[in-house]
Formats: sequence, structure tokens, C-alpha cells
Amino acid sequence: MGHVELVDLSKSYDKQKSVLDGINLTIEEGEFFVLVGPSGSGKSTLLRMIAGLEEITGGTLKINNETVNHLPPKDRNLSMVFQNYALYPHLNVEQNILFGLRAKKVSKQEQQERLMEAVEMMGLGEYLKRKPRELSGGQRQRVALARSIVSQAPLCLMDEPLSNLDAKLRAHMRIEIRRLQKRLGLTMVYVTHDQVEAMTMGDRIMVLNDGKIQQVGKPIHLYNEPANLFVASFIGSPKMNLGNAVFVEESKELVIENALSIKNNSAYLENIKRTEKLKIGIRAEHIFPATSETATHHLEVVNVEQLGNETIVAFDIGAELWTAKWAGQWSVQVGERVPVKIDMDYLCFFNAKTGDLIRPAHFSKEKEVAAI
Amino acid sequence: MSMPNTIAEPIESKLDFEHYKRKERIKSWAKGMLFLLPSIILFTVFLFYPLVRTIYLSFFLTNAAGETTVFVGWENFARMFNSPIFMQSMKSTFLFVLYTVPLTIIISLFLALLANEKLRGIGIFRTIYSSTMGISVAAASVFWLYLFHPSIGFLNMIVTGLGFERIGWLTDPTWALIAVAITTIWMNLGFTFLILLGGLQSIDGYLYESADIDGAGYFYKLKNITIPMLSPTLFFVVTVTIINAFQTFGQIDILTQGGPQNTTNLIVYSIYREAFVNYQFGSASAQAVVLFIIILIMTIIQFKLGERKVHYQ
Amino acid sequence: MSLPIGKKIVFYTLLIITAAIVFAPTVMAFVMSFMSNKDIMTGSMPSVLTFDNYVKAFNQFPLLQYLFNSFLISIVIMLGQLILSSLAAYAFVFLEFKGRDMLFYLFIATMMVPFEASVIPNFHTIRDLGWIDTYPGLSVPFFAMAFGTFLLRQNFKQIPKELREASLITGMGDFKFYLTVVLPVARTSLVTLGAYGFLTSWNMYLWPLLATTNDSVRTVQIGLKQLQTQEQLNDWGVIMAGAIIVIIPTLILLFLGQKQLQKGLTEGALK
Repeated sequence: MGHVELVDLSKSYDKQKSVLDGINLTIEEGEFFVLVGPSGSGKSTLLRMIAGLEEITGGTLKINNETVNHLPPKDRNLSMVFQNYALYPHLNVEQNILFGLRAKKVSKQEQQERLMEAVEMMGLGEYLKRKPRELSGGQRQRVALARSIVSQAPLCLMDEPLSNLDAKLRAHMRIEIRRLQKRLGLTMVYVTHDQVEAMTMGDRIMVLNDGKIQQVGKPIHLYNEPANLFVASFIGSPKMNLGNAVFVEESKELVIENALSIKNNSAYLENIKRTEKLKIGIRAEHIFPATSETATHHLEVVNVEQLGNETIVAFDIGAELWTAKWAGQWSVQVGERVPVKIDMDYLCFFNAKTGDLIRPAHFSKEKEVAAI
Repeated sequence: MSMPNTIAEPIESKLDFEHYKRKERIKSWAKGMLFLLPSIILFTVFLFYPLVRTIYLSFFLTNAAGETTVFVGWENFARMFNSPIFMQSMKSTFLFVLYTVPLTIIISLFLALLANEKLRGIGIFRTIYSSTMGISVAAASVFWLYLFHPSIGFLNMIVTGLGFERIGWLTDPTWALIAVAITTIWMNLGFTFLILLGGLQSIDGYLYESADIDGAGYFYKLKNITIPMLSPTLFFVVTVTIINAFQTFGQIDILTQGGPQNTTNLIVYSIYREAFVNYQFGSASAQAVVLFIIILIMTIIQFKLGERKVHYQ
Repeated sequence: MSLPIGKKIVFYTLLIITAAIVFAPTVMAFVMSFMSNKDIMTGSMPSVLTFDNYVKAFNQFPLLQYLFNSFLISIVIMLGQLILSSLAAYAFVFLEFKGRDMLFYLFIATMMVPFEASVIPNFHTIRDLGWIDTYPGLSVPFFAMAFGTFLLRQNFKQIPKELREASLITGMGDFKFYLTVVLPVARTSLVTLGAYGFLTSWNMYLWPLLATTNDSVRTVQIGLKQLQTQEQLNDWGVIMAGAIIVIIPTLILLFLGQKQLQKGLTEGALK
């Protein structure tokens, strides 16, 4: 079970400015759900409201179809993993893992069974008698996970659990947490500020900014069809190239940032009002390398990053800095003018005023695969 | 605690949450008070009530049992400030503060600076310097009572050895307060030293390393790094030492009993004598009010001046 | 950071001289406590070292009773302070409720009331309670302690809030969390505060002087005063023996816990 439902949830302190507003959301059973947003967006507050650590100002929170607004954390049948792991420094690993079970007065035998299972799963066998300070960051993280496992709560909340680990370990733990969640069939609500974590781990993602939901959906959906400029620039790395755009010459041409003009050869732009102020966005991998024959533009390179498997090339487009991501190794020099191909079909259109998406990039999935 | 499982009527359930939140708030308030109650009760009985009671008593005459007999208004205060004995006591108290506070701080700071060097065996010196903190007023006073002894005392042996007249350390009105001050300084060294050493050790070592790279000398570093960085600690120590000096009692009781000619009749001793020897609880309370006001002013000064440095929040 | 040899010599010289001066009264008292009265009165170096003074001190005065009283009272005060201060500090750090900040300022305010200024009504209170010459009369007034509350509050604040939250999720109550997590985690500062409390209680002078009238509960400090005033022959050896007995427990405590005390007191005072 563990189906979480948030109905018009809101949070404010001292009846002042609201931290969260109008949150409507349903998290399915067994789903890996990621809350992502910049710091101060309210994502941790939302998680802590689900946990029962923060009072709910307005709206209804339901777990398993039961309203739980009023229930203390212990009666919500959930487990939580904290950013700093919240391990008790005076207890050893075993005592830490069993801490909650002892508080809940689970029988000794049952405790041992669950302990063994969790310890095996997390590979902590040889560390049982150590104190947290004698463990590495990764090991502490595993103890925190083990503690969550033994509780056997169907709903697991995680608050930026990987942000204290180094990059390499983080990549590894992403996979491990994901596997754990699938194996135990947990419903996971996972908070992070790292969009890579969100993209790679989540079944679904909710992007939060300024206490408001920006978009909810599958990672790839958010990537391809960001609901607004915030999501467009937040999801994806390098971030989506953006620029102000206007149609000129009776819609025959689109001029971006007064610097780049693109021929309108697309048949899918009828629904865009020509009078509106527009912003367009294009993913870095959609600025293709070209030969002199196929090129639509020649752009001056301002920076090159050689990553080995791919090359990131940066250009100045008016006031904006755009990046292109090309597979493989390209020997490009700064200052060189390189031929590129920018196609109308790969542009996302946004309303410059509201930031909302007007039309996502139009390309078929086959084309996408072929391009990469 | 039965809550509706169904939420057929959202309005009703919402009301229910408000009720619940209120209950929760009362519960957490009660819990907080429960944790604080023992302290609050004792503070009330042994601190706030006596404070109010002292002020109250200061407007009355009392019998030997401490019960109020006649309301006299400000008379206790008027008489007190006209009494040469009390004025002598105030004078001695302030002189005593003047003698003890600067010297205690300077000597302790000097010792702390010495003991902060990373030298072999420094732990022994630290222990010795802090040792006076473990020596009670009574013991310290007895030590110095002997040292000040007119005929067999060690200090007079030195004095006469140098060819001077014997000094009546505790019997000569010009020396008695100084003798008590010396004892007090010695007694307070340990605590002050320990706090200052703690302050010195919490100064970031990188500051000195970067000064070393710039080629700064010992006294340059002392003046430009150590003292400024130590200022919050120094400030705290100064206030505590002043307040302690105003509360001096035990040394007086053993060394001089306020004499000779009331020159060492410091305020707390004066209160003690007025209340528990003369049974004048009213006028003793008036003196206690004065002491309280002095300490209050000192504490307020500490909080005001130290606001930026001494954070309690 | 090793010093040049010249500087080292300067520092060691200063260290040794100052240490000798600071320690001289104590050493002197220690030596005198083993000297015969004749040697003391003539001001000569000790010709014999004996335990006679200690034997005399214990025989002529109920020193053992005094020592026991002092131990009992100091330990009771220490425990009382630890319990009350840690409970209060817990409330200030981990509990949220209306009026908390106001109460915190009330605690700060208590530091402005010197015990010496409120000693008269306190004496009357104890007398009216019938607590003169009793252990509660000597200990209970000192249980509540603003300084201790601050020191522990400072320390408890370093305990991550997440520990409390994790225990909330497992359904652990506040009192159990206080007992099983907060107290063990903060045990070093509890030890520091305990040592400080013991030290100051052991060395108390004014209150035991007022609140005791006979030997039954009299503390060792007042005993020492009696020893000094009642010793007819001015037998300094016996007085010093008494003084040494009085300071030995606290000196041992100080030598063991000097580092801890220094750290703890600085923290409580300045953060």
C-alpha cells in the first residue's frame, strides 16, 4: 500500500507568506517519486509535512486513503532517511539499526531476523559493532538505509540522502537505492535539488519552485516537454538554450536574440500567435554539427569542453550563451567559426511573459534516436 | 482520541483539525512546562521571592525573628547613607574591586599566555596555575592567615629579613584591605586563568601561521591578534571578577572579621553582620538592595557591551 | 611550531618562577601539616615529619562527620543541578511551545540576582521550613542553575534536530529521548558541569555558615573555620592538616578534569 494523496495542501508560518501553496498530488503505490527544486522551493517542507514533522496549515493529506493530518509521525507507518543520516553517535551500528524497533517493542527474535536481512542487503556485516564516527560517509548512508529497511514501513521518505557523498559514491548509491526500492516494493518520496538524481531515479518527478508545483511527470516527459521556462532551464544538463524570439517577414523567418535567424520550414507552427512575445528553447544536443553544405548557420566558438565521449561547444547568441553537445571528439578551436544545423522542429516555444510552454519541440522519437 | 476515518464533509474535518492542533499546542506547552517546572519552582522560592521580600523588608523595622514590626519607608536607606560605617563599607568595597579586578586579570592573562605555549611539560604548569580554583575560601584564608601572621608569618620574615619593620598585615588599617585583596587575587587566579586559557586555545592557529609568514614578532602578534581575538573572553572574565569581588565574604570572615576599624567590612560582610549578628533585618535588607542594584548594573553593562560578542541565542 | 632555544629558556624560566609563586602557599601548607609545632613557631626548616597533626585534627574535631556531610551535600547539589539544568536545557532546545523565549529570558534574569543579596529571606524560608541543620536546607536552594542550563543548552543545540525527528518517526516520547539519546550524547558536558557543581558546592562558605548550628550537618569548610578559631594554642600544624584534608578532594577533581573544565566553562561562558 502506501498511496499518498495531497489535496490542496498549503503551509505558512505565523499566518504570513505561504511556503507551499495549492499542492495537489497523488503518489501511487510502489512508485519512486522525486520532489526536485532549488533550495528554498519548499520541497523539504513538503516531505516533512508528509512525515508529520511539520504541521499542515491547510488542505488534506491522505495515506492509504486515510486522512492523517492529525496523526503524529509514528502513526503514519513510514520511515525516513535524513540528509545527515541522523545516526545516534553513542550507539553502534547494530543498536542504531534496531533503535526504532526497540522503541516499538518488536520482539527480540523478530528484531534479529530483520537486522540480519537488512545487514545482508546493505553489506554491513563486519561493521555491526562500530560507532558511526568510525564509518565512512558511504557506510553511514548504508546504516541509515538499513534502519529504514528494518522498519518495514511501506512508505519511505528520503531528504537529500546523497548530498553528503562524493560524486562517484553518489552515482553508485543512486543505483543501490533504486534497486532497494524496487526489491522491497516501497513507495518512495525522494527529495533532491540535483536534477540528475531526479532524472535517473524517479518514476515520476515533481518540479517545485517558490512553493508551487511547476510540473509533474515522467522524467523524459519533463525533459522533452517542459511546462514552462523554469522547468526547461532546471531539468537537463547542460541546461536548455533559451532566447527571445520574434517572427519577421510574414512568419517566413524567426529571429532569435537579434542574432540568429531561422527559416520557418515547419508546418506545425500555425497555433502560435505571431503577436505574442516569444521565448524559444533548444536542447544542446539539438544544435547539430554540420558540413558547409548542410549548415544553416556558422557560429563563432567561445569555449570548448572536451569530455572524451562528447564535446561541448559554446557560442554567444546575442546576450545568451548557448551550448551544443556533440557526440564523440571534435577538434574545434576557440574563435573558429563552425558550421551548425539548427532546425525549427527542435525548438520549444514559450510565452515570454508567463513563461508557459506554447508548443514543445516537434520531432519524432525515431528521429531522436537517429540523431544520437 | 477518535478521529473520523471518512472525510465525507471536508468542512467538518477541517474544523476537527483546528481543534486537534489546539489540543496539540496545549499538550506541548504542558510538556515544556513540565521540563522547566523544577527549575522554575526553585528559582521562584529561592531567588525571585527572596528578591521581592528583601525589597519589602528594606522598608521595615523587624524583630529578631525577622518579622516586620514598623513600616519606616525610606528611613532605612536614609540612615544607611548617613551612616559612616556603611559609607566606609561602600568605600572599602569599591577600593577592594579596584585592587583585585585589574591585577587578577593581568596576572591570569600573563599566566595563560605562558601556559598557552606548546612546550614540553606544559600540562604540569597549567595544572599548577589552575590549582587555586580547587582551594576553598576557608582553606585559602587559613593559608594566608598564617602567611600574614605578625611574628611567625612567612611574609613578615621576608620583610624583616630585608631590614624593614614588621607589618601588621591584618591589624593595620592601611594594610588589611590590601592583605585581603592579595588573598582574593591568589584565590581567583585559578578560575580566571582556566577561562582565559580556554579563550586563547580557541583562537584559530591559522591566524598565527599567516602572521609568522609575514614575519610578525611575539608582541606584535599579542597586540594585533591575541588580545583582539580574546576580547570576548576578557570581557566575560572582567565582569565575572567584578561581580565576585562584590560578593566577597569568606576571606573577610576568617582573616579580619571586617576589622580593623571596619576597613575590610565589605558589603556582603556588612549585610551578614547587620542581619545575623545585630538582627537588624530591615537595614540589612536595605544594604542587600544596594548590592543587588550594583550587580544588576554590572550585569546589564555586560549584556549591553557584550551583546555582539556574547550570544545566548 | 617549535620555538628557538633562547625563547624556550625565557619561557621555562618564567613558567617555573610563576608556578613556584602560585603554588607556594599550597606547598607550604602541605609541608606545615607534617611539621611539629616547635619547628613552626621557631620558623625553622622541618626537623621531623609526622602525622601527629592529622591524628590530632581527627581526634579533636569530628572531621570525618564534616567530610561526610560535605561529600553528601556536594553530590546531592551536583545531581540536583545536573537533573534540573538538563531538563530545562532540553525544553529550551527540543521543545517548542508558547512562552519559551520569555522563560528563557527569565532564566537569564536569574543571573542578575546574587545569592548574597537574597540570603536574608532565604535564611528565613529555610528556618520556617524547619530545614536549619538539615541536608535539604544545605542543598535544595542550589539545584536550579542558570549557568548550567546555558552550558547544557549550548551543548544540546549541537545535537542534530534530525536525531529527534528520527526518534519521532519511530514513536519515541520526549522523556525517553532525553534519557536514552540526549543525556548519553552530551555526557562529557554533563561530567564537566557535574565537576564544576561539585567543586563550587564543596567550597561553599556563607550558606553553610548560616544554615548549620551544630556538628551533625556542618560542612568541612565551616569545620575548618572552627578548627582555626577554637584552636587555643594556635597549633598551626593541626590547622594546616585540616586545610589539606579540605582541599584534597577538590584538587584531585581539578587535576583529573582540568582540560574538560576549561573547555566546558569557556563554552558555557562565551557561546
